[in-house]
Amino acid sequence: MSKDKILAAIRKNKPTEVPLPEPPSFPGRESSPVEAFASMVEAGGGKAVRAAGPEELNTTIKRLFPKAEKVASPLPEVRPTIELDHLSSPAELETIDVAVIRGQLGVAENGAIWTTEEDCGHRVLPFITQHLVIVLNPGKIVDNMHQAYEHIQIDATGFGLFIAGPSKTADIEQSLVIGAQGARSMTVILKE
Amino acid sequence: MKEHAQKAAEFIRNESRADWHDEALWFVRAKRDKASHSIPEWEQLRELASRIKDNVLAGLDGYLEQFEANALRNGVHVHWAADAEDHNRIVYGILQKHGVERIVKSKSMLTEECRLNEYLIENGIEVVDTDLGERIIQLKEEPPSHIVMPAIHLKKEEVGELFHQKLHTEKGATGPQYLAEAARQHLRQKFLSAQAAITGVNFAIAETGGVVVCTNEGNADMGVHLAPVQIHCMGIEKILPKAEHLGVFTRLLARSATGQPITIYTSHYHRPREGGEMHIVIVDNGRTTQLGRADFRNSLKCIRCGACMNTCPIYRRSGGHSYGYTIPGPIGSILTPGIDLKKYSGLPFASTLCGSCSDVCPVKINIHEQLYRWRQIIAEQGHLPPAKRQSMKWAARVLARPVWYNLAGKMARWALKWLPRPLLYNRFNEWGKDRELPEPPKQSFKEWYPRKQA
Repeated sequence: MSKDKILAAIRKNKPTEVPLPEPPSFPGRESSPVEAFASMVEAGGGKAVRAAGPEELNTTIKRLFPKAEKVASPLPEVRPTIELDHLSSPAELETIDVAVIRGQLGVAENGAIWTTEEDCGHRVLPFITQHLVIVLNPGKIVDNMHQAYEHIQIDATGFGLFIAGPSKTADIEQSLVIGAQGARSMTVILKE
Repeated sequence: MKEHAQKAAEFIRNESRADWHDEALWFVRAKRDKASHSIPEWEQLRELASRIKDNVLAGLDGYLEQFEANALRNGVHVHWAADAEDHNRIVYGILQKHGVERIVKSKSMLTEECRLNEYLIENGIEVVDTDLGERIIQLKEEPPSHIVMPAIHLKKEEVGELFHQKLHTEKGATGPQYLAEAARQHLRQKFLSAQAAITGVNFAIAETGGVVVCTNEGNADMGVHLAPVQIHCMGIEKILPKAEHLGVFTRLLARSATGQPITIYTSHYHRPREGGEMHIVIVDNGRTTQLGRADFRNSLKCIRCGACMNTCPIYRRSGGHSYGYTIPGPIGSILTPGIDLKKYSGLPFASTLCGSCSDVCPVKINIHEQLYRWRQIIAEQGHLPPAKRQSMKWAARVLARPVWYNLAGKMARWALKWLPRPLLYNRFNEWGKDRELPEPPKQSFKEWYPRKQA
């Protein structure tokens, strides 16, 4: 069928084999990866703040989003105003004001944060929420994407992603608009 | 089909608009330069990416089989499509099986290439493109003019008027923030009611059997995670051997495309969510033929960043629509002759061969050399327009005969000096259009050089 046809055509037409290069490890150049990470987050339209413990984490969320009615989170240390389990339909998820999820790893060179479906509760949560908060251990920040892919296993869960800021678009005359189809803002709370 | 040159002439007739288009793209090119210069190992990354792709193309059959086996193990349905028709039929078959009437799509140049939207709409399915730029041109019933910024050719006033008609925004409102917000509300409703989501694929990892999709808006994920059925359509050349190679390519892609250090979302899909269904459609549609062309197979390394368009002096001043194909610009001009040499025989000439495209290409495709090679093939196979064919024939004769050549030079210098303007600037002289011919030198180089030596 099509598969055999395609594979046969490749075998007939492909060039002679060449070795797969081994990417060298590119060392980071930043003396403080955490500071570099925080400034890349800000450059990408996000915000980076620090919190000392679980109590400060909750007061920080409250301070950042004083008017938020629906705060949802799969994290045990976060006090939500609404239980994720009670929101089953997409239409209900769409009413969430703030979602707080866990980030596993940060990348200093671009401000990206690795997170998976296990850290989100629901795959769509980081996108459908109006505002996104990611809690990240500052000890888990690497220099660049090469190191990031060494640390994570991309198929450990069915879905995982790097998030590097709030949803954005520049599709109308190259004017930057924050808050396209996904979250309108992204805040990283750095907490050990 | 109108030639690129004709359509380009129409495009530049509106001078201020052509300038605006030129500057908008140059702005993106400048951002790309800044982003790439911030990485000292940039050239090393380009070389690595190019060599990884060399290895992929040489072992594509094995990698695709490995990818399929791993994807199947992940619980993904894998389909193979030999051509566009095959692809469209497969996608429609999946939708039919689930009784789907409404789908959302994120950006995919492959589905544009296969004309999937038209096919599905003809079969009664509501298709909503969810990337803002793509939604704009879908509502305007136009093809994309750029692969990363599909609506780069439109002004905000035009988008405002379009949204006023289609989405009932206020008449005369043109603020990008306001218009994007209106699109957000409109699209959120579409996401919530879609029964299936279709995306393109940036990278497919053989080692893990998963696919990676990069967006800034989050539209691919809004679709995929809300709809019960997710379908990812990929060309056979999207394969990367291992996850670690994503480290190289994610560093190159967004910096080359828009000057960002990475796209906002880099999503890795490996298994369907509970109760969901995940499909991957692997498409050939002419790619294996291109693989067999030694001079042109490097074009299959393309990661669709659009950097070659943003930098191209011809693209910037002629617009994406002048190319008459889904993928315009320099990369489009080396892909299209392989699809239909006669139909697209004008495109390899839509270039100054300045080589800027090759310089910015993150996977080091020798684009300008391939453009030149296609020109040779087009001439050999007799697809040059008659005027060009005749003038080339005469040029060859003159250049082969020193006496004729010297005489021709003398005549040209004499003509430039003495002939009245109407005889020099008319429809027979392409080089006199929109520009002044050079001042005639007193003597030729050949005359000047021996004297200088003496």
